[in-house]
Amino acid sequence: MTDSRFIGTKSYVATKDLSMAVNAAMTLERPILIKGEPGTGKTQLAIEIAKSMNKPLFEWQIKSTTKAQQGLYEYDAVARLRDSQLGDSKVNDISNYIMRGKIWEAFICAERPVLLIDEIDKADIEFPNDLLQELDRMEFYVYETKKLIKARHRPIIIITSNNEKELPDAFLRRCFFHYIKFPNKEIMAQIVNVHFPGLKKELLSEALNAFYKVRDVQGLKKSPSTSELLDWIKLLLAEDIPIEALHAGNSKSAIPPLYGALLKNEQDVHLFEQLVFLDRHTNSK
Amino acid sequence: MLVSFFYMLREGGIKTSITELLTLYEAMKNGLAGHNVDDFYLLAKSVLVKNEAHLDRFDRVFGAYFKGIDDSLSDLLQDVPEEWLQRQAELQLSEEEKKLVESMGGFERLLKAFQKRFNEQNKRHEGGGKWIGTAGTSPFGAYGYNPEGIRIGQQESQNRSATKIWEKREYQNLDHSVELGTRNIKLMMRRLRKFAREGAAEELDLNDTIDKTARSGGMLDIRMVPERHNVVKVLLCLDIGGSMNDHVHICEEVFSAAGSEFKHLEYFYFHNFIYESMWKDNRRRHSEKTSIIDITHKYSSDYKLIFISDATMSPYEIAYPGGSVEHWNEEPGAVWIKRLLGSFPKAIWLNPEPRARWDYTPSVKIIRDLMDGRMYPVTIAGLDEGIKALR
Repeated sequence: MTDSRFIGTKSYVATKDLSMAVNAAMTLERPILIKGEPGTGKTQLAIEIAKSMNKPLFEWQIKSTTKAQQGLYEYDAVARLRDSQLGDSKVNDISNYIMRGKIWEAFICAERPVLLIDEIDKADIEFPNDLLQELDRMEFYVYETKKLIKARHRPIIIITSNNEKELPDAFLRRCFFHYIKFPNKEIMAQIVNVHFPGLKKELLSEALNAFYKVRDVQGLKKSPSTSELLDWIKLLLAEDIPIEALHAGNSKSAIPPLYGALLKNEQDVHLFEQLVFLDRHTNSK
Repeated sequence: MLVSFFYMLREGGIKTSITELLTLYEAMKNGLAGHNVDDFYLLAKSVLVKNEAHLDRFDRVFGAYFKGIDDSLSDLLQDVPEEWLQRQAELQLSEEEKKLVESMGGFERLLKAFQKRFNEQNKRHEGGGKWIGTAGTSPFGAYGYNPEGIRIGQQESQNRSATKIWEKREYQNLDHSVELGTRNIKLMMRRLRKFAREGAAEELDLNDTIDKTARSGGMLDIRMVPERHNVVKVLLCLDIGGSMNDHVHICEEVFSAAGSEFKHLEYFYFHNFIYESMWKDNRRRHSEKTSIIDITHKYSSDYKLIFISDATMSPYEIAYPGGSVEHWNEEPGAVWIKRLLGSFPKAIWLNPEPRARWDYTPSVKIIRDLMDGRMYPVTIAGLDEGIKALR
């Protein structure tokens, strides 16, 4: 084990099982697949690992149209064809038209890099299968230039998924897996502390109470997650909201201030307001 | 030593492979598991389990195995002497929690109530035979391995709700990961596909390019078109619990196939028949419901509606107000299903019971009439017919 172990950073709270999964994956040089609710810090994990270990980070954001080949390289045949029509001398060297993808960049990095393959489930069902060989052997062949590209250092590969599609078994077998659970109050308090050191204890506990109350509202399209909570607290601090405003009522009938930061969906805001209104109505009777 | 654990996991429904087992050995050789069972648990979990739906199964198998009991869970439950359980529980309960148990009539009574409930469940599930998936609630969390030791009486507040959970009948969410045998169902569903070109232009349109290039005197004029995507939308309504327990396996297969085949797949659960609402999560089915009215408003009429249910019930449950076995319904189920069918004209009913048995059940005939005859068995041929009706 040449690498130091990952145990979270100043700005990222890693639970014990998460750091175990990350360390195991790093030691055995296998990719790690991270799943979890949106906003629980899946992408952030790769950024933090890179930061804490001082390693370069390559981010490959996957979209529904992304092809596996694009991560390796792309051959811009159209540009070459166009250049040939214009009589450009560049045309004679095919490597002028080979564009490196993120995996290639990570493979030729001088030190062991972190490679983030973000939201792999966005791509086509076959996408992960197309990468099996490359991630296993850490090498690929460029047919146009007849060159074999081999990783100088096996990158630390972090793959995130939002569960929109199921991933193929063959792919899963090669990965370590970790599911980030939604943090409980204790861990959430730690997380907030890491982001806002010196936050007043009362404010923190009131804010968390209000936050979990909103999360408990049933039928929301998108329950607020960690990232929304952090934004909200930032806003509360910026606007200098007094603590009293947060616990104006001990019942559900209090609308937390600036709740727009927690609920991002118009229908959710509407539903929430209605619920609060109903609650007030029944309480006043 | 791990080999039997490995087989037990597979028996328990976690499809882990030799590759993963070897990875685990390799990790242990590298000293990752440390010297305590907690670290080993974390390591094994991240190596062997690849689906968060299986985490609970893993916990149970792990717990059972590392307590030195490698029998199946059902045997385990029958053979465990009460004293042992009690002692085990007392070890894990705090003083406060013990008092709470006392206030509920002592541990013995609580256990007896639980045992009774369990035996009832056991009978109902006899047909299933797969001990984890269909065992239903299995509130027997005590066997789940958990480093914090929370399963049997978690925090104070949750302890109260625990008794309630036993009283309410709960059904496991369908495990949508069943791959076995889903392939032909998938191929069948593929026929529902409807392609449309939308989104960014990413694909070379060869014909148009040649045409335009020729027109501009040989200078290249590249033409692009968007790629084709499957745009079919499906609304799946699954019957769960009761007589459907015998068919959990086939439902899982259909659900799994549909999940991977359609991008726009929405699913809801119901129990026995459709009334004013359905739900998405069986664990919270008493609190989080979606009303039929909302469903008809939310999803456009081009959604294809698929019911999966054995349609076996008392005719009262369909035709009369208050016929529901679980609650008082103001309007009969037949009215609600008509509303659904009115909003989603393309609809079929898949019945896992063999077609030969349909005639002996009056409710099947009523529902068939309500569906205008669009009821099909869950067989290759039946699905084929059903898909045709949906198109």
